[in-house]
Parts: sequence; structure tokens; C-alpha cells
Amino acid sequence: MNKPLKNETLQTEITNISRRNLLKGFALTGFVLAVGMPFAGFAEGEEAPKYGRDAMPNGWVDNPLIFVAIAEDGTVTIVSHRSEMGQGVRTSLPMVVADELEADWSRVKVIQAPGDEERYGNQDTDGSRSVRHFFMPMRNVGAAARMMLEAAAAAHWGVSVDEVFAENHQIKHRPSGKTLGYGELAKAASALDVPDREKLQLKTADQFRYIGKQSTKLIDGEDIVSGKAIYGIDIQLDGMAHAVIARPPVYGGKVKSFDDSETMKVPGVIKVVTLKGSPPPAIFNPLGGIAVIAENTWAAMQGREKLKIEWDHGENVSYNSDEYRQQMLEASSKSGGKVLRSTGDITKAMETADKTFKADYYVPHLSQAPMEPPVATARIQDGKCEVWAPTQAAQAGRDTVAKWLDMSSDDVTVHVTLLGGGFGRKSKPDYLVEAALLSKAMNGRAVQVTWSREDDLHNGYLHTVSIEHLEAGVNEQGKTTAWLHRTVAPSISSTFDAASEHQMPIELGMGVMNIPFAIDNIQLENPAAKAHTRIGWFRSVANIPRAFAIQSFIAEMANELEQDHKAFLLELIGPARKIDPIELKDEWNYGESPEAYPLDTGRLRRVVEAVCEKANWGRDLPAGRGLGLATHYSFVTYTAAIVEVEVSEEGDLSIPRIDIAVDCGPQVNPERIRSQMEGACIMGVSLAMVGEISFKDGAVQEDNFDGYQVTRMKESPREIHVHLLPSDDFDTPLGGVGEPGLPPIAPALCNAIFAATGKRIRDLPIRYQLES
Amino acid sequence: MKLSINGASHEVNLPEEMPILWTLRDVLGLTGTKFGCGKALCGACTVMLDGQPIRSCSTPISAAKDKQITTIEAVSEDKVGRAIQQAWVELGVPQCGYCQSGQVVSATALLRNNANPSDTDIDNAMSGNICRCGTYNRIRDAIKLAATKSGGAQ
Repeated sequence: MNKPLKNETLQTEITNISRRNLLKGFALTGFVLAVGMPFAGFAEGEEAPKYGRDAMPNGWVDNPLIFVAIAEDGTVTIVSHRSEMGQGVRTSLPMVVADELEADWSRVKVIQAPGDEERYGNQDTDGSRSVRHFFMPMRNVGAAARMMLEAAAAAHWGVSVDEVFAENHQIKHRPSGKTLGYGELAKAASALDVPDREKLQLKTADQFRYIGKQSTKLIDGEDIVSGKAIYGIDIQLDGMAHAVIARPPVYGGKVKSFDDSETMKVPGVIKVVTLKGSPPPAIFNPLGGIAVIAENTWAAMQGREKLKIEWDHGENVSYNSDEYRQQMLEASSKSGGKVLRSTGDITKAMETADKTFKADYYVPHLSQAPMEPPVATARIQDGKCEVWAPTQAAQAGRDTVAKWLDMSSDDVTVHVTLLGGGFGRKSKPDYLVEAALLSKAMNGRAVQVTWSREDDLHNGYLHTVSIEHLEAGVNEQGKTTAWLHRTVAPSISSTFDAASEHQMPIELGMGVMNIPFAIDNIQLENPAAKAHTRIGWFRSVANIPRAFAIQSFIAEMANELEQDHKAFLLELIGPARKIDPIELKDEWNYGESPEAYPLDTGRLRRVVEAVCEKANWGRDLPAGRGLGLATHYSFVTYTAAIVEVEVSEEGDLSIPRIDIAVDCGPQVNPERIRSQMEGACIMGVSLAMVGEISFKDGAVQEDNFDGYQVTRMKESPREIHVHLLPSDDFDTPLGGVGEPGLPPIAPALCNAIFAATGKRIRDLPIRYQLES
Repeated sequence: MKLSINGASHEVNLPEEMPILWTLRDVLGLTGTKFGCGKALCGACTVMLDGQPIRSCSTPISAAKDKQITTIEAVSEDKVGRAIQQAWVELGVPQCGYCQSGQVVSATALLRNNANPSDTDIDNAMSGNICRCGTYNRIRDAIKLAATKSGGAQ
């Protein structure tokens, strides 16, 4: 993306607009939460459940006429309909199209789709789903376009299509050796029918040019390193004004009164606007407040500092993190919460156990804090609104803006820029609505609303806060016979239903219901927990506290029982088998089919074994050093990590090395899988070491990167070794990549600290707990 | 006042305390330099002032009087800067890329002053630049690669 995205219609040379049957995937709305995630669980009499990409809002599209354009000079333009936030999707999915199309990557250009799911299929870029869901549709796109070019060449030469084949941006006639370039054929190919999906000739894996290879450079790499890449904050429109907003510091609060007389004296300030908020649930609505609109961002910020606002904080002013932690501990200490699953007889099993274990693990609120804070630009002209934004949820943004402007979604265009990080924060398009409302207040003039870092931390959609209470019983032979898990955390569902106090299947399917252990007596409970702030998705979501608790607990048990942690963990996982998620009462299964995606303990065992081998588990280490192991299954991908730490006598910690083994099924872009895993290791270290958002009197206490710290180069692991487990069968189901690397890091780190120091961490962040 | 940016002179009529960052971005349209924190805590806004890396979000334009500002847009004009950029691309350093303008400028300033930096030198020069995606290890490797290519480390 070299320049700001305009309302660019695809300059297609392939202009055939006839629609073949089943061009679109299945658009399913009946079982879809308003939040854009498919919801498992189907009442009797309803149609058969759909899974994966079929179950996503607006499904999927594999029409080459939507996704590919070929210019007469041979330039192949491929549409990326998923948002790029660092996971590499603008490279990985177009690369799949280019491969099936036999296109030369150096002649491929990628353009970004605006939010339009009817046209492109689902665009919610979250849940580690982009490649998992769109690998096959994008293969279809490339193959169909290739076959159209082949048919056009065969017609031109008057030969059978069997005699021609595509190779590196050309169609060749095998018997004569004649060739025609893609640019020469584009127009003729465009007049042909799109082949039926059933007749597509997909490549075999040995024919792949880019898929599964390490060779493809990032499509935006050069633009990024030269400052030319366009993020949301880089949009500049004629006459654009800049705004910042003073939002209620407490969730549900509102403006009681304000005085802007000093603000209006600041040079450059144009206007002060009161923005109506909306009472909880937040959904994707703006929080309201007082906006200051100015000629530049700095003037707007100066003006905001001069505002005098009296807030009506509302009932959440009572929210204090210390007290809330005590409330959660109280709730987790006794039974009586909602029982999620009860297998065997937990009471009897605990009573008859030779040894019992009990522990509570705490993870505080976390902020995604993408380096580019939320920002959006809007302009209203001739009854239509255009928004430019770094968003993971372009269609939801479009619909929410339309609702607030009382327009039809057809009259709202959301242009998706590059995202300067997302991590779940940018799945909520509240900031797009703010920009649209401010443009409206300025009679349609373009307005860019920028969130400061303080705004981002104070008014986010935070990762929840949680206590995971675990109990286990072990018999005389050292076998675990009882497992009790009480999970206490405000649910993301509270953001959509203010009364909700229990977790959704989506959250429970992240390491509560779908534990892979061979234990006879299991009890899973979810006591109530009320939310007092906006709760949202954070990379890997509820898997963070579950992996931290469960994988720490298992290490604690192994230590107490004087067993090798690895051996004990594998014993607990039990033999290789494929567990039906339905048997586990896991209604979610990451939205995937229980048949195609069972919980495969063989694969889990393999990542554990692989990482132990690569990191040389069990090796002798000098005093003050230790290795820690953890494994976790999330987003239908299997990971295991070993962290090596060194802790000085003063308690200073360094991390010489992390190994992470990953089985995500077929690897479409291994280079980007590695980079995602490296990043997940560092983000995992960051949240474990220093990550904490805390509340006092309803307001967030951390203001910026001094209070809310994140790991810097100095503290980051010296070496990260990513071990991708081979899987060459591209017909097997794909796993997620963006998120699964994160969950095992915090527990592996804490287990390593225990190995090095004997100090057990049950409360995150670790911060000063190692100081002697 | 007059500002010298990437070798060109710009006459601006702005309050002297206005940060260089917002002058570059909102007034002069040079958007390669990024906003991340506004408090000199994250390094996304790093530019060079007479060759030294500074945080432009917290440096007023008055501090740039009679000095040369170099932003990410002009890094490629410098041999060391170009080597840094090429190493970044070759090793696939960026993920989201938002912090990388600042990272590239900090790394260029480092390598210009120290052709053969040790790990500790790299840590010290780069720890003011936050990368939330976690690209630190590749940044370190890319600095070493660029050092080799531009005649520093062996």
C-alpha cells in the first residue's frame, strides 16, 4: 500500500460478471452472535450444524472475478480481504492464490478489500482463522483463474486445452513450445465462464511454488522499512481536522458538566463536541465524552488538557482490583457455582485420594496495547460516509457506523488500512463510530480521531481478570484420579449482555472443558463473576489464564510427587487418542467440526516430546538456572514450550533461551509461522513478567508504558527456537497460528523459575516477586 | 521558524513548543514517523537530530533550530541506513511494522556511530524502542547482518 486507499474499485481486466452456482459459501446468520463469532450449540429441529468457514457470518467466497485482476502488462492484482496486523496475511493468502495461478510473485500486487462481506466473505480477522479458513477458497480462486487463462490460450491457438499448461506467468503449448503471457490472455480469459468448483484442478503439493516454502518476502516489507506503509493514523484527507476525546474514566460513567472556555483559547482548536455514550452493555458503541477538534493532533491534545469536566461515574466506581481479587478467591473457594461437567464422583475421589493438591492462580487484566493506538478517519459526503481505519472487523465497523449515523450499511464504506498491531483490540470498532460522529458534527468534514496511549489503556476492551482454582487427587500409585477446576472471571459476554455473569462456551472451550487428561473423576465449575469494565479479546483470550494455571499446577504436582515433570505430564495426557470434543461437553471447539478436529492427544504428546528433545530436557544446569516446560492446545493447534531462565541471587531474571514446538497441521507460510511464534514467546514473557492493568475507584491506574510495562529488547529472551512439526499433507485440516504460541509461555517461564529458585509463582505478573 | 528536514528547508509558523512529531505528521505530511506514547517511552517516533536519535514526540521544534532532522523517509539515502533497511527485509523483521520506522532510525544511528556493536551495545541502543509484536531477536540479527554488509563486524 503505497498511498492512502481510495474508494478503489478493482481495475479488473477479467470482467465476466456472470454468477455461477455456489460462488458464495454458506451465509449463516441463525446461530451467530452479534459479536461476529459463530456460536456452537444447536437446538433440536434446527438444520444441521455448520463448522469452520461455513459457520462464519457471510461465509466465504472463492470467485476469481472478485479476488484477481490481470492487467495487460501482466501485473496480477490480488485482493486481501483479511486485515493485516503483523500476522502476514497480506502475504500468505495472496501467495496461495499466486501459487495456484502459477503467477510470478514479483509481478503480484496486493490490494486491500474494504469491509464488504457479501462480496468477499467473512472478514473478522480474529480467532487465528484467516489461513485456516481461506486456504482452500484461495486455492480455488487461483486454480480457477489459471484454468480460464489456459482455456483462453487453447482457444487462441485452436488446440485442445489438454495440450496447454500454465507455468510462471505464461501459458505454454506443450507440443509446439509456443507461449502466451498472462497479460496477453487476460482479456480473452475474462470472457470465459468461471469453471465449476467441482472441476477445478488443484495443484498437488509437489507442484507448489510458494506454499510451504520459506522464500516469499513480505509484500509490505519495503514500504514498512522506508516509512511508506500506510496505517490508520497515516490517512490524510483534504481539509482533515484532528480530534481527541475525553472519555468517562469509569465504565458506564457520563459527563455531568463541563467547561471548555480555556480549551477554546488554545490556538488551533476548532470546536468542542459532546458525544453521547451508551449505557452498558458496551457492545461496539463509543463511550461518549467530550471531543476536542483542532487543526492538528497536538492542538487537540492541548485543548483536551484544558477541559474541566465533572463526571457522573455510575456504579462501577466501586471497582477496585485488590478487593475484586478477594471476591474471586472467595467465589473460587467453595462449590456451588454453575457446574459445567461432572464425570465420575469428585467428592469420593478426593476423599479416597492418597494425596491432594490445591492452588489458586491469578492473572490480572491486560491491555492489548498495539503500538498504533486506536485511530480512525471519517468523512460524510452526499449522504454517504467513508471511514478509513485499522480494523480487524471491517463489516462490523460498517454496520455499527451505519447504525449510529442512521444510515444504511450500503451508504457506509470502511477502508481497511494496515494495522499497527491489533491483538484483539481492533476487533471492536467503537473508534470508527467516534470518527463518524465527529465528521457529522463538522458537517461532513473529514475528522481523524486519535487515541493517546493513555486513552488506549484507560478505555480499552481489556483481557479479563481471573482466578483459576485447581484441585487434584492422586492415588498411592501416583496416578491422578481426581481433577477439580473452578474458573472465575468476568466474561466477554458481559460486553454484549450487561447481566451476564458466566462464561460463554467460547471461553470455556479454551482449556476448561477441553482438557486432554486421562482422569476418571472430573468436576468443572464456573462461579459467577460480574464485569466492571469492558471485557474483550486479547491474543489467545482465556487460554492465557488456563494454560498458566493448569500447566503450573501439573508441575507443582510432579515436583511434590518427586516425579519428572515431562513424564508426569505425558502420563496425565495418557495414550495417543482422538477425543471427541462433544464427549468433553466442549460446545465450541473453535467453531470447527468435531470430526475434522478432534482433540488429538497423540499430537499433543508429540509436541511435548519434540520440545523436550530440542531443548535437551533433563540436562544439568548450573545453580540459578532452570528449565520449565508447558504445553497447551488452542485454536486447534498444539504447542509446547521450554523456557530456560537464569536468576541471580538478587532476583534479577534473564532468559537465555526459549524453545517452542508447534503442530498446526499443514504450514502454508512457515516463515510467518516462525515469526508469529517468536512474537508470541516475547508477548508471553511480557505479560508474565510485567503485564498488569489495575483499577482503583473504577478507573485504570496505569497511564502509559511506564506504568503498563511491556518487555523490551534487554529483557527479552536471547534465543528463540521454533520447531515446526512436519506435516506435508495439505489436504488435512489446518490449525491456527497467530494465537496458539502465547499460552504455554507464562507457565513454562514460572516452572523454570521454580526449577532455578524453588520459588513458585501463582500470581501474575512476576514483577518483584523474585527479589530476595 | 525554519526547519531543516531531510536536507530540505521548511518555513513553519507554529508554536515553538510544538513537538517535532506532530509537526512532521500533521503539518508537513511526513507520516513515516509514528506516534506510540507521546511520552518518549516507546521510540516509535524516533528521528535523528544532527545524527543523534531523539524521541520526536517529546522534543519541541525549538530544539531543532539550526539542526538537521533526518526521518525514516530519508534513511535510504545513507549507506548505513540502506544496509539496515535491506537487512530488515532480508530477515523478515517486521510483523505489523508500525514500530519499525523508529527501530530502523535507532539502528541506523547506532551503526553510524558504532560500526561493530556488541550485544550490549545493541541492547542499550534499542531498548528504548518497544515492539509489541516481538521482533527483537530478528532486529538484533538484522543489525549484525547490516554491520557485516556495511563493513563493520566480520
